[in-house]
Amino acid sequence: MTENSERRVISVIVVNEASVLSRITNLFSGRGYNITSLTVAPIPDSKYSRLTIVTSGSVRVIEQITKQLHKLIPVLRVYEHADLVEKEMAMVKFPITENLSDINTLCEAYNGKIVNVGENVVIAMVTDEPKRVDHFLGAIKRYNPKEIVRSGAVALER
Amino acid sequence: MQISGAQMVIEALIAEGVNTVFGYPGGAIMNVYDEIYKQDGFKHILNRHEQASVHAAEGYAKASGKVGVAMITSGPGFTNAVTGLADAYMDSVPLVVISGQVPMSLIGTDGFQEIDAVGISRPCTKHNYLVTDAKDLPRVLKEAFYIARSGRPGPVHVDIPKDVTAQIEEFNYDIELELETYKPHVKGNPRQIKKAMDAIAKAKRPLFYLGGGVINANASYEVRELIHKTGIPAVETLMARGVLSYDDPLLVGMLGMHGSYSSNMAMSETDLVIGLGARFDDRVTGKLSEFAKNADVIHVDIDPASISKLVNVDYPIVGDLKNVASDMLEQVSKIKSEKYESWRETINEFAELHPLTYHEDSERIKPQWVIQRVGELLGDSANISTDVGQHQMWAAQFYPFSRPNQWITSGGLGTMGFGFPAAIGVKAASPDKTSINFTGDGSILMNCQELMTAVEKKIPVINIILNNNFLGMVRQWQTLFYDKRHSETDLSVQPDFVKLSEAFGGIGYRVTTKEEFDAALKDAVEKNVVAFIEVIVERFENVMPMVPSGGSLFNMMLLEKKETK
Repeated sequence: MTENSERRVISVIVVNEASVLSRITNLFSGRGYNITSLTVAPIPDSKYSRLTIVTSGSVRVIEQITKQLHKLIPVLRVYEHADLVEKEMAMVKFPITENLSDINTLCEAYNGKIVNVGENVVIAMVTDEPKRVDHFLGAIKRYNPKEIVRSGAVALER
Repeated sequence: MQISGAQMVIEALIAEGVNTVFGYPGGAIMNVYDEIYKQDGFKHILNRHEQASVHAAEGYAKASGKVGVAMITSGPGFTNAVTGLADAYMDSVPLVVISGQVPMSLIGTDGFQEIDAVGISRPCTKHNYLVTDAKDLPRVLKEAFYIARSGRPGPVHVDIPKDVTAQIEEFNYDIELELETYKPHVKGNPRQIKKAMDAIAKAKRPLFYLGGGVINANASYEVRELIHKTGIPAVETLMARGVLSYDDPLLVGMLGMHGSYSSNMAMSETDLVIGLGARFDDRVTGKLSEFAKNADVIHVDIDPASISKLVNVDYPIVGDLKNVASDMLEQVSKIKSEKYESWRETINEFAELHPLTYHEDSERIKPQWVIQRVGELLGDSANISTDVGQHQMWAAQFYPFSRPNQWITSGGLGTMGFGFPAAIGVKAASPDKTSINFTGDGSILMNCQELMTAVEKKIPVINIILNNNFLGMVRQWQTLFYDKRHSETDLSVQPDFVKLSEAFGGIGYRVTTKEEFDAALKDAVEKNVVAFIEVIVERFENVMPMVPSGGSLFNMMLLEKKETK
């Protein structure tokens, strides 16, 4: 790709029915589009679900993605806004022998805390913008994280 | 009324006005076939392969403008049909394909003849359904027909487990569809249309670029009006042949990889491309960065995703072409035909410089002659189907098409084996016209079992086999780009095509001279039975002009200049 590739967040409102998720992911793989992350959950009190897809591509590719998504029969709406409130959650498992007050302080800086304590490990959770989650995961490296899980981004247009 | 799922299928098809169904029975679809046995609302044509059923339904749909219907069983029945679905999807052919599935209790257990049919058909259909409850069947079938024919048409696949076809439920087809998420644009935006018309009025060298969408939208009449009233020349894609009559002075020709010199040059020189229902396919554009380089682009299409997909569009108009062309016609007075006089002359000069022709320089019949000759003898009275390869390109180049829906070919997917079954569907839809299938010695063997279908149902398709003992188009590329290494394309070992046809109860001719050809065609048309006419043609003839893959449209390989007779 010669054109500039940029990160975009696309929200898709779909009818909550069998195989709708595979229609979406098939479209991405079949047409060679990227998926950085994808989250999906039903919208309360409706027959719809909302997907948040983080993707990347040139302006032309992003335009094609939104148009192709819209072409799918169960897709109600596709939002491809630049102006979004975007959040992501990450959970990290640390050995209990690490400096827990350091870890807790770091978590607090990223809207999080230690949420579970076991015999050998603690689990911390943060919720923030995906970029800030990146920072957090960089910062905690020195505390020997054993496992990391990220939720993928969710977003709402302002 | 309380009826079984299988009966619902029959009732729905009848309610949709279906009069011909193409198909092949099998275990999982037997309940439906039992009901087909009992009804007389529509005809069922038994093809001898499921792929042929879907191609026949395509031919039927393309010739009639209605939704084609095919019915198949689960597992291998369905997988055989996939090529047909993909073909219909690429060429936007409205189909409803109904397949049987193993009973619900067996789904996911690797049951006999089980395959994840909707998983496979998803990327090659406009939409698909797995019906898990007969209560949903009336709605699903009604939606399937609506989705297939509306917006940008396409195939819809409905997979029905065997127990669902046995399930008895209330049937009511008189329901309002509530497709909140599917609302195709039909009216073009008036502001955009006005802007486009202003741009046309300003342009010096505008060019209509017509695609298969004109035919799908049933907009040929409006588009012809638009072209005649503006005096703007037009090029057609492979799929648009017949939108303009061959003798229309404003028809430049077909453009693209095997387009005429004048069409490709016109596209390279134009300052405004007026794209109507065309999709800027790579076989049309050649090298994208050089395509209509100095032109602005108007693009009218029902599918927003087709607009600015490959070529940047300056005046996008999303809408049904029939409506948009009518709206454009209302403003046609601001366009002055005289203004384009010199542009039309320039294009005529291109055509005179390198006309679309061939040399009569071999002992053997030239394949192009055969096409032209059929055109002279049958012209408007025939519908023309083709398979895929050299014969297809020659047919597109040299047949005198005079009306839309006369030309039935596999464009997007390029499916060898399409032609014969499609021609059967065409004949079923349009019995008053002679159904000709131009084919090659390679393609015809890919669905020659359809001889049995055509003979059994007395569907007199005439297959004209241009036999050069080669897989000709691949051979042409090997000659030109692979230093004549003709890898696996020499088809010297062949069946006796005459006997092949006769073995199924058809008739056959093998001709080597022009006189024999005329006599054979006349005889086949008169006898009105299924026929193979095998014509021994020049082996090494190439389709010219040719834009090498990825090259610019204006850099064509041309027919060598010779004195033509």
